[in-house]
Amino acid sequence: MPSHVAFPGRVLVLWCPDWPVTAAAAAAGVSPHVPAAVFAGNRVVTCSAVARRNGVRRGMLRREAQSRCPDVAVLASDPARDARLFEPVVAAAEELVPGVDVVRPGVVAVPVRGAAAYFGGRNSPDAAEHAFSERLAEQVSATAGVECQVGIADGLFAALLAARRGVLVPEGRDAEFLAPLPVAELDQQGESTTEFVDLLRRLGLRTLGRLAELDERTVATRFGHEGVLAHRIARGAAERPLSPRRPAQELAVEQHCDPPLERVDTAAFVARTLADRLHAGLTAQDLACTRVGIYARTEEGEERHRVWRSARPVTAHGVADRVRWQFESWLQAGSGGRPSSGVVHLRLVPEELVHGAALQLHLWHGAGAAGGTEDDPGTERASRAFTRVQALLGPEGVCTPVLTGGRGPAERVEFVSWGSSPGKPGEQAPWPGRLPAPSPTTVPARPVPAAVLDDERRPVSLTARGALTSRPHSVAVEDGVARNITGWAGPWPVDERWWDSAAEGRRARIQVVTTGDGPALLLLLREHGKPRWIVEGVYD
Amino acid sequence: MSGSVRSTGAVARLSSLPGVSTASDMAAATGRGPATGRLLPVRPELSAALPLGGLRRGSTVSVRGSRALLFALLAEATTRGSWAAIVGMPDIGAVAAAELGVDVRRLAVVPAQGTELLSVTAALLDGLDLVVLGDGLLARHALSRQQTEKLTARARHREAVLLAADAFPGAELELRCTPGRWYGLDESGGYGYLRERAVTVHGSGRGAAAKPVRVSVLLPGPSGGVAAPHSSGTETSRVREAG
Repeated sequence: MPSHVAFPGRVLVLWCPDWPVTAAAAAAGVSPHVPAAVFAGNRVVTCSAVARRNGVRRGMLRREAQSRCPDVAVLASDPARDARLFEPVVAAAEELVPGVDVVRPGVVAVPVRGAAAYFGGRNSPDAAEHAFSERLAEQVSATAGVECQVGIADGLFAALLAARRGVLVPEGRDAEFLAPLPVAELDQQGESTTEFVDLLRRLGLRTLGRLAELDERTVATRFGHEGVLAHRIARGAAERPLSPRRPAQELAVEQHCDPPLERVDTAAFVARTLADRLHAGLTAQDLACTRVGIYARTEEGEERHRVWRSARPVTAHGVADRVRWQFESWLQAGSGGRPSSGVVHLRLVPEELVHGAALQLHLWHGAGAAGGTEDDPGTERASRAFTRVQALLGPEGVCTPVLTGGRGPAERVEFVSWGSSPGKPGEQAPWPGRLPAPSPTTVPARPVPAAVLDDERRPVSLTARGALTSRPHSVAVEDGVARNITGWAGPWPVDERWWDSAAEGRRARIQVVTTGDGPALLLLLREHGKPRWIVEGVYD
Repeated sequence: MSGSVRSTGAVARLSSLPGVSTASDMAAATGRGPATGRLLPVRPELSAALPLGGLRRGSTVSVRGSRALLFALLAEATTRGSWAAIVGMPDIGAVAAAELGVDVRRLAVVPAQGTELLSVTAALLDGLDLVVLGDGLLARHALSRQQTEKLTARARHREAVLLAADAFPGAELELRCTPGRWYGLDESGGYGYLRERAVTVHGSGRGAAAKPVRVSVLLPGPSGGVAAPHSSGTETSRVREAG
C-alpha cells in the first residue's frame, strides 16, 4: 500500500448549517424561528433546527413531517437559489483570506497555512489556527449575517465532518478523528452513495475506522472503484492532488461567446458543452478533477472567477451545474454585484487533478440531469443526444414537459428546455375545477376557433347562471364541415379570472363527442356576447 | 379443455396469494432494465397487438389513428428507464401522456425541427431507445424513399425503435387504431364527463407480423391508462353518471 504523501496543506471548512433551508426561508421571507423544511420529490431534503426539534428528519415524507410538526413551512428545493444567496457569504470569507473554494452552496473550504500564521501571530500553530477560525466565523456572521461553524483538518472530507462538529483536528490525526464516525458520513449531501453505505452497514462495517482497517486490495476486489474511493477517504488520505504543480494549462477549456452571455439559460447551455469538452480532455489523459475554476470576462473587461471544490472528482454534469449556479449568482446579484455587461469569455480550469483510472464510470454518471431522474448510462447517452440536437437547433430545440399546477390542459404543463432547471412544481396543490382524467392528447398551441350551434343553427352560449343557452347540436372546427354532436358534457365554469368578469365574461368548458367516430373535443367558451369557442384539446 | 380452464383458475388463485408470483411475472421482473432486452416492453393490454409482445429494438413501427395509442406504447418502456423523444409534435398533451403511463421525466420533445429533420432524428436515434416522428412530417419534409430508408437503417443499427405517427414506407409493423364509442357521457346530454373509450387496434406488417391481428382495448381506460375492454354484456351498464 502506498504510504501517505505529504499533506498538501491544512483545510478549513466553513459550514452554514442547513443552508438550503436558510436560503429558501430567506427567499420566501419565512422567519428563522418558524420550523421550515426543504422538500424535493415530496421528501425532506433539509430541515431547520426548529423543525428538527419538532421531530422532522431528512428523508421523511411530507405528510409525516407535517403530522409531526403541523406548522412546518414547506419550501421547494432549488440549488440555483441556494448558490445565489450563498455568494455574499463567499465574498465575506474572501475579504479576509484569498483562495476560497466553494464546496457546495453552504460550504466553503479555505487553505489554512499562510492565513493562520498571519492571523495567529507568533502563537503556536494550534493556537494560530484557533484564532484564524474564530476570526473567519466572526467575519462571515458580521458581514453576511449568517451563522456558521468551522472545522479544520488535513483533508477536505475530514474537515467537512470536523466543521459539523465544530472541532479542529490536529495535524496528521485525520484517520484517528474519522475512525469512530459512522459510515453513513460517507453519504455527503449531493453525492449518491446511499446504496454503498447501506451495503457496508449490512456487512457490519459500521464505522469509518472498520472500513479503513481493511486492505485496499481487498476493498477493490469486493467493492470496486467506489469502495476504493471511500476507503481512501476513510483512511484520511483521500484527495491528495496528483502533483503539487499546477495542472497543465492545456487541459483548461475556454470559449468566446458572441453574442455575450446575459441570460442564465444561454450560459447554462454554453457551460454544458464546455464541461463536456473539459471532461473529454481529462479522460483522454486518464485524469479527473476535484477543483474546477470558473473564469469569466465581460465585454467591458471585468474579470470574475470562483473556484468550486469537491471531495470526489466532479462529473461533467456536476461541472455544468456549478457553472450554471455561478452564473445565476453573478447575473442575478443585486445592483452592486451584477457585472455591467454580458460575459464574452468563459474559461474552465481544472485546478486540482487526481488519477482518473478508477473513476471513468463516475465521470459520465453525473447526477442532476434535468428532470431529476436517477442517473444511469441511458440517461447519459440520451443527454448527449439532446446536446447534439440543441447544437443544431439551439437550447430551445429540446424540451422536457414538467407537470405543474393549473386547471386547463395547457396550464398543467410547462415545457422547459433540456438542461435548464425546471420551475417550481405546483402539482401538489389541489386545483378545484380541474377536469378528471383522461386529459386531451392534443393541446393546440394556438387557439383554434370553433362554432357550436344548436338545432336551429343559433350559436350556443352561456346564460348568466352558467348554463348553456341551448343544447349544442353541431360543431365546426376552423370553418370545417359541421359535425353532429352525439354526446356532450358540461358546462364547467372556469372561475379563474372571475374578478375580470366585466371585461371577458364568464368562461366555461364543454366536452363533445361527434358523429363518425371523430375525436372528442374539449371546447372553451371565451366570450358569450358574441360567442367564441376555441378548441382547447382533442381526445384522439 | 376443461382441465386447462381449471388449471388457469388454480394459477389465478395461487398467484393471488401474497408472495406467490407466476413464472411469467418472474421472467418479466428479471427482464427489467431495457438496456439488455431485445424487446422494449409495452403495457400487457397492448402486447397482444404486437407479434413479439413488445417493440423489437431496431424496428420501425407506424402508428396511426390515435395519439393515445402512441403514448400508451411509450408508457412501459419509459417507466423502465428508456428515454423517448417526440419530434415535430409541438401540441402533444403531456398530461394525457402522463395519465397513459408515460414517465414524462424521460420524455423529450423537439417542437420545431426546422429543416433539420433528418439530422435531428439521426442524433436522437443514436442516444435514445424510442424516437417518435409526428404526423405529417414525412409529407411536410418531402422525404424521399431513400431518406426514409436511411432512418430505418439508423434505427436498426442503433437498436432503437422508430415510431412514426404516419404511414411510413418500409415499416416493419403497422398499428392502426379505429376509435369506438366513448363512455361516461350521459345520453340525455350535459351530465358526466368523458371517461373511457373502446378502440380496436389493428396490427399488420411484414415478417413475423404478416398475420393481421385485432385487439380491443379501452384507450383511455377509466383511470386514464390502457385497460382491458369491458366484457360485452356489461358494456352499457358500466357507464356511470358523474358530475
